[in-house]
Amino acid sequence: MQQRRILDEVTINRELLRGNLATPKWWLPTVLGLLVVVIFGFTLMGIMFNRGLGVTGLSRPVYWGLFITTFVFWVGISHAGIMISAILRLTQAEWRRPVTRAAELLTVFSLLTALFFPLIHAGRPWRIFYWITPFDFARGIFPNARSPLIWDPFAIGTYLTGSTLFLYVALLPDLGVLRDRTTGWKHSFYTVASLGWRGNPRQWRLQTVAGILLSALMLPIFVSVHSIVSWDFAVTPSVEGWHSTIFAPYFVIGAVHSGVSAVVTMMALMRWLWGWDNYIRPEHFDALARLLIVVALGWMGFTFAELIFGVYSLEAPERALREMQMFTWPWNLLFIIFFLTAFAIPVPLWFFKRVRNNIALMFWTSILVNIGMWLERFLIIVPGLSRKQPFVFTWDTYQVSPLEWGLLLWSFAWVLMLMLLFSKFFPLIPLFETKESQVFTTDVTIGRVTIPAVVRELD
Amino acid sequence: MAASNSVLGLYDNPDAGANAMDGLQSAGFALGTFDVLTGTPYPEGAFGEHVPQHRLFRFPFFGALVGLTLAILFTAGTQLAYPVVTGGKPILAVFAMLIIAYELTMLGAVVATVVGIIFESRLPNLNLGAYDARITEGYIGVVVECEGDRVEDAREVLQTAGALEIKTA
Repeated sequence: MQQRRILDEVTINRELLRGNLATPKWWLPTVLGLLVVVIFGFTLMGIMFNRGLGVTGLSRPVYWGLFITTFVFWVGISHAGIMISAILRLTQAEWRRPVTRAAELLTVFSLLTALFFPLIHAGRPWRIFYWITPFDFARGIFPNARSPLIWDPFAIGTYLTGSTLFLYVALLPDLGVLRDRTTGWKHSFYTVASLGWRGNPRQWRLQTVAGILLSALMLPIFVSVHSIVSWDFAVTPSVEGWHSTIFAPYFVIGAVHSGVSAVVTMMALMRWLWGWDNYIRPEHFDALARLLIVVALGWMGFTFAELIFGVYSLEAPERALREMQMFTWPWNLLFIIFFLTAFAIPVPLWFFKRVRNNIALMFWTSILVNIGMWLERFLIIVPGLSRKQPFVFTWDTYQVSPLEWGLLLWSFAWVLMLMLLFSKFFPLIPLFETKESQVFTTDVTIGRVTIPAVVRELD
Repeated sequence: MAASNSVLGLYDNPDAGANAMDGLQSAGFALGTFDVLTGTPYPEGAFGEHVPQHRLFRFPFFGALVGLTLAILFTAGTQLAYPVVTGGKPILAVFAMLIIAYELTMLGAVVATVVGIIFESRLPNLNLGAYDARITEGYIGVVVECEGDRVEDAREVLQTAGALEIKTA
């Protein structure tokens, strides 16, 4: 921690509650702009429910297209949140402090958004309750627990519930701070939301233990969720390119790659929009970029393994699929963009410290990664289905309809709007963690240099 | 019996807060009747306070057990109630059941842990008693719960330790 700032608690409260106690000028126009896109998206959904799935580009044999791609994409984004937060808490990494809340928040909102896509993809979303809930006692019809499409709601439901509770528990002390800084209805709201937090040693001890215990519980859930999402594909023997034993870890590490990049994007935006230079510093981007290098290399290893096991068997259908993905227009163009944006451009750049410490470059490379990771999911899902197979008599090439593009745009506006609404009422950087850092950090002089040192309690 | 009161002394540094805690103990106030309030998690024992014990670790085990039981009931019960063979799999397909059982077990553990955290933190308690908003600005609050006839003793101890302000509720 070479970039320590000495800040008192009044300054920390004032700076980190800047967006809560006052409204920045840009906030309302931005939220209204996003609201327009969100309303537009809901209108598109209404049109689709009214006219049926024919308004999308989905057609035999490509029944899963942009909606399912975007579902997997947002589930992937959600993975960084808990992974970063939980691992950094468990290892008591000092640089976690400004990162954890934003990461957890990203998990909750991206999962919430991901959930929309299988629902709207069903065409008649209200009927989905027949499919996932064991409610039809009158007719004795129950969902099929052997189907991966039933495992999915359990996994995502567990992850969403756990992440939301995790986020809320860590918010309690900060809600107490907001209660003490507000009046009127806001004061009443924060009093109830903070559950009467006072900050006695019992509450602080439980808060510390909770951070570690919940992290330990959430990590296995995090691994299971994207594994189960991958099994939506991997347990389908009839589609080449999907039926792969490597899919679970491959999806998990891909999710971490895109999710950690999304955290980088979000942290850069937070620093620029709220001016939190004292809290989100280049050292945090540097640490995240180092983590991203490791994750990206691991993910590329899995990508290569998935490919080589596909082609090494010399089975004609599998080879035909790979040829289509990589060498047939327009998939080859998408493949090149995917490879460049998800790996070939950002990863070599991150090897340079100058890039890792340059927030603008980190922002843009993190955006590139997520363009590439969205394309990766698209390239897994669509070519596998659109390739000619026995007993399939129509081979329409999937064309993404304008409505589907509109709903992809909606998903980004929706997540951003939820984030901005959250930022108005709750702090995006944990105040108590930042203050704790000040208590536990001191300057030590070694020889002729004075450096900050972090003191840690014995557990 | 005299009414119970809450007396708060406010200090601008941790040393003074620790002195107040020592003073209260010396004055015969029982452990557990006085506490320190801070806006920051300080190292345990920094104020010479009583280190609280908790039973949080029991909660996840209980929650996991409930979740696992529900999962078995759900997966076995619904499949047996509608026994259609799909994909050549047995009616009670253990691997499929394990996946749902795993998720519900973890869900039970997480929910019970959060309930445990709130319960063990003695929350919700919307009546803050004697409290000052400056505690979340870096001040240290030492709060004493005592009968009416000991309020003056408490105030005196808190004042002697250098309280900037004393509040009673």
